[in-house]
Amino acid sequence: MNATGAIQDPVPGKFDPAEVRSLFPALQREVYGKPLVYLDNAASSQKPQAVIDRLVRYYSSEHSNVHRGVHVLSREATDAYEAARKKVTAFINAPSEPEVLYTRGTTESINLVASSFGPLHVGKGDVVLVSHMEHHSNIVPWQMLCEAQGARVRAIPVSDAGEIVYEEFERLLAERVRLLAIAHVSNALGTINPLKRMIRHAHDMGVPVVVDGAQAAPHLKIDVQELDCDFYAFSSHKMFGPTGIGILYGKAEHLETMPPWQGGGDMIETVTFEKTTYNEPPHKFEAGTPNIADVLGFASAIDFLEDVGQNRVAAYEQDLLAYATERLSEIEGVRLIGTATDKASVLSFVIGDIHPYDAGTILDRLGIAVRTGHHCTQPLMRRFDIPGTVRASFALYNTFDEVDALVAGVRRIKEMLG
Amino acid sequence: MVANGTIRERAHDIVEEFGLFDDWMGKYEYLIEIGQALAPLDNRHKIEANRIHGCQAQVWVHPEMKNGLIFYEGDSDALITKGLVALLIRVLSGQPPAEIVQADLEFLDEIGMKDHLSSTRRNGLASMVKQLKLFALAHTGSA
Repeated sequence: MNATGAIQDPVPGKFDPAEVRSLFPALQREVYGKPLVYLDNAASSQKPQAVIDRLVRYYSSEHSNVHRGVHVLSREATDAYEAARKKVTAFINAPSEPEVLYTRGTTESINLVASSFGPLHVGKGDVVLVSHMEHHSNIVPWQMLCEAQGARVRAIPVSDAGEIVYEEFERLLAERVRLLAIAHVSNALGTINPLKRMIRHAHDMGVPVVVDGAQAAPHLKIDVQELDCDFYAFSSHKMFGPTGIGILYGKAEHLETMPPWQGGGDMIETVTFEKTTYNEPPHKFEAGTPNIADVLGFASAIDFLEDVGQNRVAAYEQDLLAYATERLSEIEGVRLIGTATDKASVLSFVIGDIHPYDAGTILDRLGIAVRTGHHCTQPLMRRFDIPGTVRASFALYNTFDEVDALVAGVRRIKEMLG
Repeated sequence: MVANGTIRERAHDIVEEFGLFDDWMGKYEYLIEIGQALAPLDNRHKIEANRIHGCQAQVWVHPEMKNGLIFYEGDSDALITKGLVALLIRVLSGQPPAEIVQADLEFLDEIGMKDHLSSTRRNGLASMVKQLKLFALAHTGSA
């Protein structure tokens, strides 16, 4: 970030997205001879040059296995790998490094909790509570757990605006709920859930809380101690880092009692054919050679985000979202799906009776990348009685001009298909 | 709509029609028009057995054997997908099964719709072609 001194200013305020954009090589390319307008950030964000360079540097001159060798390269790799954990720990304000586990991503993080923590807490006749707006990744692992345990999954209803119906949440909590699994930010609606309040309520009833933070981490400052959640899962690839690496934060008290999930190297203390003893967290949950390169790339992505300033990012994205919401709402027939008061930069919408697939195809030809379909939230789409939506999701490098391009694209779609 | 001519002749006609448009907008508008003109599929044929999977939109193709020829009807809730269904039907419907199995569908490439054949497009054009041909393959002996 030193190349762009202007955005090192830590004071929240306006910043120039053009400068940030210049750090992302993929944003310089064209599709169908038109400049790429990348509005599919909720699916995955593009990568700044610093992250790409970090991967190249590691593989070019630093690569070795971690936690094993006595030689220089292995020591250096181990130091960098564990320094990255320290960085992530500070990034989410976790109390200690052993509470921060590396995983393949949010999905694996949730599966780890469901497989290892789940059976300790959820038994026959119990309930795992999710919400109606959850991503399939925060539904299916719980269904698998419940099937094995003879328990069931219940869903907190969502209002027409796309917000948790709080009274229903309180009512459902009074049932045999043993675990609450909830998104911080909805991937399909953009709704920011009132987590702090929900977690306090759940804890009052003795219910531990697992948070799917995949959509929150790129947009909000995460503080797991302030939230007081039991687990928090998120992915690097949605926050400008590499794919294939994610985090599971878990409270130490849970991680200590949870059995290991996968067996292999690095997660053991001593192995005999009679009895194996396990390593301490976090290593207890990190069997096998880990994804070292992407951990280091992820650390660079965190540096990038912190250099730009998360508060400035949040403020800018809110401006962008407000502008896009206003401009799209002006178009007759456009219906926004998800109009919560508290939203992150996701804009889901339908255009009259036009199928989202048709809309997405035309936008693609215009060089505008959006996601169309059910966004891995089929129960939510059924709730709104739609086959899917067009979803534009913004990141810090998107511009007001790109919102204008989207709006022009939607008008074009109406002319062609309306 | 059942056109005359062999598969090759019908495909050639389509290529000529699309050749009248020099930009993608015109081609897509024409494709949408073709989709809108497709005779609606009777609801009783919108059954699981006729559904094409791998599509973001819902797509059905109903095949029927008549006098040694296969006739297809189809529908989709997305118009671009419906246009693609209509093109396939126009080329393949009313042809002998052996011809359908052998059919070269290069015309999709020539009219600029080749990328729709990629399975990652999730409009299932590739699945549609496969399902149409599979039905024909199952009936090659009976022609």
